[in-house]
Amino acid sequence: MSRILRYVSQRLLLTLPMLFILLTVVFLILRVLPGDPVSAMLGGRNVSQEVMESYRVKLGFDKPLLTQYVDYLGGIVRGDFGNSLRTGRPVLYELFIRFPATIELALWGMLVAVLLGFTSGVIAATRADRPLDHAIRVFHISSFAMPLFWLGLMLQIIFCVKLGWFPVAGRIGGRLAFSFHSITGFYVLDAILRWDGKALLDILRHLVLPAFTLGIALTGLQGRMTRASMLENLNQDYVTTARSKGVPERLVVLQHTLRNALIPIITVFGLQFAVLMGGAVLTETIFSWPGIASYLVRAIEARDYPSIQGAVVFIALFISAVNLFVDVFYSVIDPRVRY
Amino acid sequence: MPNREEPQREGSRSPSKLDTVRRSPLSIIFLRLVKWTSRGRVALQGQTILKIGLVIVIAFVLMTVIANKFPLITGYHPTLYRDAPRLQPPSLHHWMGTDHLQRDVFSRILAGGYASLIVAFSAVALSMAAGSILGWISGFVGGWLDRVLSLAMDAIYSFPSMILAIVLVAMFGSGIAPMIWAVAFVYIPTYFRVTRAEVLQVRETTYVEAIRAVGASSARIIVRHVAPNTVNAIMAVSSFNLADAILTVAALSFLGFGLPPPAPDWGFDIQNGQKFLQSGAWWLITFPGLMIIILSLGFGLIGEGISDLVNPRRRRKRKRL
Repeated sequence: MSRILRYVSQRLLLTLPMLFILLTVVFLILRVLPGDPVSAMLGGRNVSQEVMESYRVKLGFDKPLLTQYVDYLGGIVRGDFGNSLRTGRPVLYELFIRFPATIELALWGMLVAVLLGFTSGVIAATRADRPLDHAIRVFHISSFAMPLFWLGLMLQIIFCVKLGWFPVAGRIGGRLAFSFHSITGFYVLDAILRWDGKALLDILRHLVLPAFTLGIALTGLQGRMTRASMLENLNQDYVTTARSKGVPERLVVLQHTLRNALIPIITVFGLQFAVLMGGAVLTETIFSWPGIASYLVRAIEARDYPSIQGAVVFIALFISAVNLFVDVFYSVIDPRVRY
Repeated sequence: MPNREEPQREGSRSPSKLDTVRRSPLSIIFLRLVKWTSRGRVALQGQTILKIGLVIVIAFVLMTVIANKFPLITGYHPTLYRDAPRLQPPSLHHWMGTDHLQRDVFSRILAGGYASLIVAFSAVALSMAAGSILGWISGFVGGWLDRVLSLAMDAIYSFPSMILAIVLVAMFGSGIAPMIWAVAFVYIPTYFRVTRAEVLQVRETTYVEAIRAVGASSARIIVRHVAPNTVNAIMAVSSFNLADAILTVAALSFLGFGLPPPAPDWGFDIQNGQKFLQSGAWWLITFPGLMIIILSLGFGLIGEGISDLVNPRRRRKRKRL
């Protein structure tokens, strides 16, 4: 156990320079790259030089770049992301309110991707080069090529407008929203904690389409990787051994091969989460999902500079945390990784 | 018989003379491309996937160029308002229906790939150039430069590319040029990683050691011996990259960071169609989306084909299966 702890602390120390560089890159993009945030903020509106200057002073852009950089890092360390220009409330507070919605969506999206991706990948690999395999591979490739926002809108047309099975937008229905009080911000968890069946059903109905939309974006990726990895493993000697000693084929595939085949897939889970966050921007926009990704888009539309910076930094921190978690998790499930 | 062979040998010697002419790095890459395409013609036999992909992409490029050059080719103007009835479902006159500003959806769709294609091609070319040059240098030089560059690239790579592209476009302003810069920036780490990995392999080979022993400068080794060896990997990656770029550009236009309104654009048209989704106007969304899918699929298929071509292990595997 202490060895795992040592490994975790080592990884934590390695994450710090990475995080530092990521935050620096964000700073460079937002402050140093061509494009003046203040004039972008006041976008095209005819404002006098004095107004521009006052905004510059308000946001600290009049200071030397190095001072801005130190202020920026200091703010992050203190948890001070500034105040939103639209609402005047602290950006960090607004992000924390919306954060659980994004996580909930991402987790359910991941669940859809894992279920569809792993299953289809395993089926394709066990029936390599037969019609079903080809059909699944076509499905994988087209899920790559499909614009996520288009898929979401098509699902809305079919299941909301034509069939009326699922609601178009939001996390919870209008009337229930007034009576439902959240505890953790994760609505599914809240509904279970409150033992509120009606609310749970409504929340799940709101979740189906967004989760499916987001999940499909990853399904192709995971399915392809699962198929390739399974095919590679199915040719290994240990599979032949298992078969020759009479293990049923189903167990050979599910217990012997799948376990080993999943290891390389889990290593890139962190990157897949990044894809998921990118997809969340579009999914949340289409389904009016009150998460941080749609918050970022609205902040950009309103040219709310502190909110934009806060959201980007927040996402960067979150991604680093996920990567760290994946690394540690990986070392736990694969005993070959030395601590 | 020996008499006959003599002139033939003479003939075969003259191209070898050509070979001794000093070659610039650009001409090396060019010759490699020529060799690669002539080899490709042979290899194209049986490469159904590659062929389908090429046909799709070439057809889309031609279609977009023609539709933008002759806007009235379908009989309806793509940007002129009140050219057709309002919000009509697909019919014989309007194959893909009409939108709320009384325009023919079909003629808008034909011309709508303009921004996507220009941005995708230019952005991928830019990031390919920047990313691979950084990758060559970083991989070859090594040391602290390599460590810092790798960390920075990994940091960008780990960040959601879609969010990065949106933020960059927001900082640069919307339109074609900002989209090119933003998308190009996002893809630099992809090329950096691919070329750097290849360079690290090539650097350890005996022939590089031999060239170094002869006294070649680092710059010469990179340009003449290391870089050409990474071209194959870059080619395969760039096709997949183009497929992804088409989707990214479509998403940026969908969010409203693309071309200004009257211009036909798939992503933007889908955003417009979203407003009429509740009234059941499915044709406004369905058709532009299908175009994006087919074009992106075309690039993806080319990528698959090229991977099969340049990766002998994969090719053998496919033949065996």
